[in-house]
Amino acid sequence: MMSQHARMIALAAAAAVATATVAGCGSSSTSSSPSATSPKAAGPIVVGASLSLTGDFSADGQAFERGYQLWQHDVNAAGGILGRQVKLIVLNDASSPTQVVSNYDKLISTDHVNLTFGPFSSLLTTPASAVAARNGLAFIEGAGGAPSVFTTPANEQAHNVFDVSLPIQDEMVPFANWIKSLPASKRPKSAAYPMAQDPFADPPVQLTQQTLHQAGITTVYSKIFPAEVPDYTPAANNVAASGAQIIVLGSTDVPTVGAFIKAFQQQHYTPKIFIAAAGPDQGAAFTSAVGAGNANGMMVPNAWYGGSPNPQSQKMVAEYIAKYGGTASDVNADVAEAYAVGQVAAQAVKATGGTDNKKIISYLHSGTTLTSVQGSVKFDSLGRNGAATTYIFQWQNGKFVQVLPVGAAGSVKILNPKPGWVG
Amino acid sequence: MTTKLLHAVVSGVLGGGVYALMAVGLTLIFGVLDIINIAQGIMVILGAYLSYALSVHLHIGLFVGLLITVPAMFIIGVAVQWLFIRPLSGRDRTSMSLLACYAVAIIIEGVLYWAFGPNYVILTASYITSSVHVFGFYLPYIYLYGFAMAVALVVALYGMLYRTKFGRAVRATMQDRTAALLVGINVNRVAALTFGIGVAVTAVGGMVYGATSSGFNPNSGYDLISRLLAIIILGGLGSIGGALAASVLMLTLESIVDIWSPTWAVAVFYAALVLVLTIRPAGLFGRQAVRAQ
Repeated sequence: MMSQHARMIALAAAAAVATATVAGCGSSSTSSSPSATSPKAAGPIVVGASLSLTGDFSADGQAFERGYQLWQHDVNAAGGILGRQVKLIVLNDASSPTQVVSNYDKLISTDHVNLTFGPFSSLLTTPASAVAARNGLAFIEGAGGAPSVFTTPANEQAHNVFDVSLPIQDEMVPFANWIKSLPASKRPKSAAYPMAQDPFADPPVQLTQQTLHQAGITTVYSKIFPAEVPDYTPAANNVAASGAQIIVLGSTDVPTVGAFIKAFQQQHYTPKIFIAAAGPDQGAAFTSAVGAGNANGMMVPNAWYGGSPNPQSQKMVAEYIAKYGGTASDVNADVAEAYAVGQVAAQAVKATGGTDNKKIISYLHSGTTLTSVQGSVKFDSLGRNGAATTYIFQWQNGKFVQVLPVGAAGSVKILNPKPGWVG
Repeated sequence: MTTKLLHAVVSGVLGGGVYALMAVGLTLIFGVLDIINIAQGIMVILGAYLSYALSVHLHIGLFVGLLITVPAMFIIGVAVQWLFIRPLSGRDRTSMSLLACYAVAIIIEGVLYWAFGPNYVILTASYITSSVHVFGFYLPYIYLYGFAMAVALVVALYGMLYRTKFGRAVRATMQDRTAALLVGINVNRVAALTFGIGVAVTAVGGMVYGATSSGFNPNSGYDLISRLLAIIILGGLGSIGGALAASVLMLTLESIVDIWSPTWAVAVFYAALVLVLTIRPAGLFGRQAVRAQ
């Protein structure tokens, strides 16, 4: 039999293994191209990206991979960029901020990629962009919109981060403005602001809280909860107990929103208005997780949706549906974010006549307005997309539609109050 | 505030039942085999996915489905023990078993990604989202069922351990593997069956976890394992009743702290573990006491 001492050592080892696993350092794999050759002048343009194919962000990471692959397919089918085919190398970071750094080190030092595309989430983009900065590479990304991504010492010095998507700080402004515009008799009186501890989730919620508070709406709950816990029920129960009429949830993913919906159902509580920072924009991944009926009335900010009238977007959505099935509402917003990264990179390569990253960085900071499936892209000095337009979307009877700003092209009538839960 | 506190306590107790269902298998396996099944988290998720597959594809209810998933998980458990654990021997057996279990976890995770993809799925049934109104609280049926099953499972496992011949063999193996061998107990068979039982009960935990969680995907097991380890250490390694008591204690504490600070609620979970171990190094129902029973 083992001694007590040996058992405790084994237990400590188990805890260490568990901790390492939770941190997501478990595995790394390569998809698409298994290896990369040194770039030659007329050879393929080698693009490297690290994505969370496993781990906490795996649903988003794999959707992002589809977006990158779809763009790669389209650009190669059209003859490549400057006549050069695009070769995509994707490494798996298992949702780990440590692994993502190793992956970009490998992509740059070993695979000698010409361009680096970003990973999923602000959490991973921040450390990853510093690796690109050290190597003088532009870091074009679509899912790192937290303010902290742009204000790192590395980016303030190298100015190499370019986020083709919406800066998240102001993404709920149309929502707050709409609430303020409601007549006093119809304006909700109280609001709850539960927030996951994440650089992406909190800033827009905090700004909304500040705005609504100034508009006289009482804050009945405002707390930050850890982003990675197996059970959000206690926090959700407390929010339900607050009886808030508006819920502004600082969520990072579908499960967070799903947890609150489930707990609210169990507590027989339906807020009049429910908006989440992320989750409802994940298309079929969201509706399958919470149920199509429960999605009804849920709102989320974004710059893109599957039904966007943008011709580039319509083409991409049609291709996506042809390849993966579903409807326009089922297409995950991550796909468009990834696709837009490729589009912006391609325009920069064409404009600069090659893959000289110094020229690409300079070009992207030149104030030129670029186009993408998400709309116009124009970078400020820190790489934020100042041309992005914020919209609020809502699930209405199985369709994901644009509802705010009121009167904007494409906006339909908002569903207010939110229908009750079903099932 | 009193109402909130009371609600938190009730929620914590019921939530503790869910965690007990996931933890009893882990502590049983440790008690008999002296190994830490680091794959327990992914086993829970595997159990949840089996319930999901039966529910979605064959329209078999979650509780009825246990009649299939429990035996299936038992077979998987015996197979894992036979293929990965049994061949290990010598002084490094325990530490090597950690790696073996970790390998099992990676394999199962890969299979689940292949079979179900990365998107989160949920188990659905009317009793998952409905609740009963008692003393001013809404108590979800699924938590009530989960707690009842946890108590029933603990009682059943105690019955097996203390009222059957196989149970005597298991306890003998827990107390002294060499002596058990000397008195003619087939310890390899006991180990395989115990591992199988430990994994089989996880099917129940997996179903209830899948029904109470916000959704699960193949990666969800990693968020669980550190908590399950903390629970079985606090309860006393090898103690089945201890796992239930520790689950209830931990979840109740977490639920109470969550009223004031959700961020600290998780930290308190582990702070309680350290505090209890300082006073009682063997946990609430330490294994020495268990083995002396």
